[in-house]
Amino acid sequence: MLKKGQFKNAVKMSNIEKYFGHVAALKGINFEVGNNEVVGLIGDNGAGKSTLIKIITGVFPPTNGEIYIRDKKVPLRNYNVKQAYKLGIEAVFQDRSLGEKQDLWRNFFIGRQMTNRLGFIMVRKEKEIAQKIMFDMIGFRGVGITAESKVSKLSGGERQGIAIGRAMYFNAELIILDEPTSALSLKEVNKVLNFVRKIKESGRACIYISHILPDVYEISDKFIILDRGEIVATIKKSEVTLKELSEFMLKYAHAK
Amino acid sequence: MKYFKLFIAKLVKIEGLTIIGVFIALMILFIMTAPRVFTGYRIYMSFLQTVPPLLILALGLTLVITAGEMDLSFSAIIAFSGFVFCYIFRTFGTPWLAFVLALSSGVLVGFINGWMVAKVGIPSIMATLAAQFFWNGLTILLSGGLSWNIKDIRPYFIHTLFVGRIGGLVPAQSIWGIAVAVFLWFILNRHTFGEQILFIGDNEEVAKVMGVNVIATKIKLFVFMGIISAFAGVLLTLEMINFWTTQGSGLLLPTIAAVFIGGTSIAGGYGTIIGSFFGAYIVGSLEAGVVASGIGGYWTRLVTGLVMAASVSLNIILNKEKGEGLKEELKERIKESIFIKKGGE
Repeated sequence: MLKKGQFKNAVKMSNIEKYFGHVAALKGINFEVGNNEVVGLIGDNGAGKSTLIKIITGVFPPTNGEIYIRDKKVPLRNYNVKQAYKLGIEAVFQDRSLGEKQDLWRNFFIGRQMTNRLGFIMVRKEKEIAQKIMFDMIGFRGVGITAESKVSKLSGGERQGIAIGRAMYFNAELIILDEPTSALSLKEVNKVLNFVRKIKESGRACIYISHILPDVYEISDKFIILDRGEIVATIKKSEVTLKELSEFMLKYAHAK
Repeated sequence: MKYFKLFIAKLVKIEGLTIIGVFIALMILFIMTAPRVFTGYRIYMSFLQTVPPLLILALGLTLVITAGEMDLSFSAIIAFSGFVFCYIFRTFGTPWLAFVLALSSGVLVGFINGWMVAKVGIPSIMATLAAQFFWNGLTILLSGGLSWNIKDIRPYFIHTLFVGRIGGLVPAQSIWGIAVAVFLWFILNRHTFGEQILFIGDNEEVAKVMGVNVIATKIKLFVFMGIISAFAGVLLTLEMINFWTTQGSGLLLPTIAAVFIGGTSIAGGYGTIIGSFFGAYIVGSLEAGVVASGIGGYWTRLVTGLVMAASVSLNIILNKEKGEGLKEELKERIKESIFIKKGGE
């Protein structure tokens, strides 16, 4: 596997098309997520954001097109969720990432448990590592949450943090966040944005999907604007102000 | 004082504490109302003799309910596996072959259940209800509706091993009950399989996203329940040295009651083996207790209902989710007071 920094793009999508029957969900999608780049993926409901994410994370294959991960072409025939994990791509969904009633340490390792030969979980070791991830990777020191806390005690933002920390621990090179800040209070939004900064600091890449423009603007290096299955603009942050971006988006909303 | 508070904090964390409390209270009540019976050892020996099949079923069912599923077919497996055991023993005279085949019959029923639930997608309560009728019906057909005696099995080692009297007193099946409880506690709380069950019961979608093979795990779970039910069936048959077609049908509702009294959540994602252990002993001791107390056998069911309602309410009040329960509140307060004592950090 390539080491960090030895590749140009974390992910590159080339001429991706996806048809559901005769309906085109995605048409001619071309974009890349650079090494250690945070990309904001913006678009209204039905623009094709989640379809695009499902293709990247291996939930289903595209009808046409090619995917490159760390500059290497991915054979799409046997590309699936497990394969995506192996290649270091992990998605964090707001409501589908953590088991509500379970201890946090269990949530870190579910599906990838550390076990002895008989399949019994090494609880102490898992707890230790979970605690470490929480304290050192995502900065949960001093908020009164330990590896033994239940998920239900966590706020919405903290949950995202746990899922992000988990992805980082399992060496995800590209972390995809799907609407991480919708339905969160302002304070919680800031927490999530800080987690995203941690992703960036650690040298990883991130796709940040949201329709809340100020959030996207604050942490992204680049914006990709999706509308009705097509990319209508790719803009670098240095080329645009938040106001211009908002006006641009409004124009598309009115055009409908 | 600090140590006392720490002690309380530790105590509150203990699994199944509520139900252990209910159990002790009930025993004290029985000792008070029927001192002659409940201060002797005999009544307890008779519990240790009669409760284990119910107990083992409840322990297995705890895993199924934790996964957010239900199994209503175990009562039929009790009859079917008992029949297989008796038939093989009477035909070939080999108790161990009979034992293995009886457990295999549990595997078969469990596999079909699991396949219907996980692969076909029939809600488990429907699939296993159908299975209950089917396997009970098949048992009646195959046995000709008769009860079969196997008193020749008494001298065999298998009889001593499973239902003998240790030291001429303690029924061996009670030890097997404890063994199954310990084993299943480790499976549920310490094994990958148990963790997968917890997550499937909690949120199947999350389990899937995190790479748990939900279908395979569910099939395994029902097979597991099938084996456990068959084992309970063999214990019951050996204890009675008799098979009859309706054996097990009287265990269906008490078993489910035992699991719920123990505090396992029907919503899935949380299950307590210790709770089910004491739940089973509560359900199993109610009849004798009620009769011995002199209020008459007709009251048994009514009292069972009351105890179940009380235990379940108690569990809900104490363990309300999202930390609004009394227990959580207590924990928080203790934590805070310790924190303040230390002068903060």
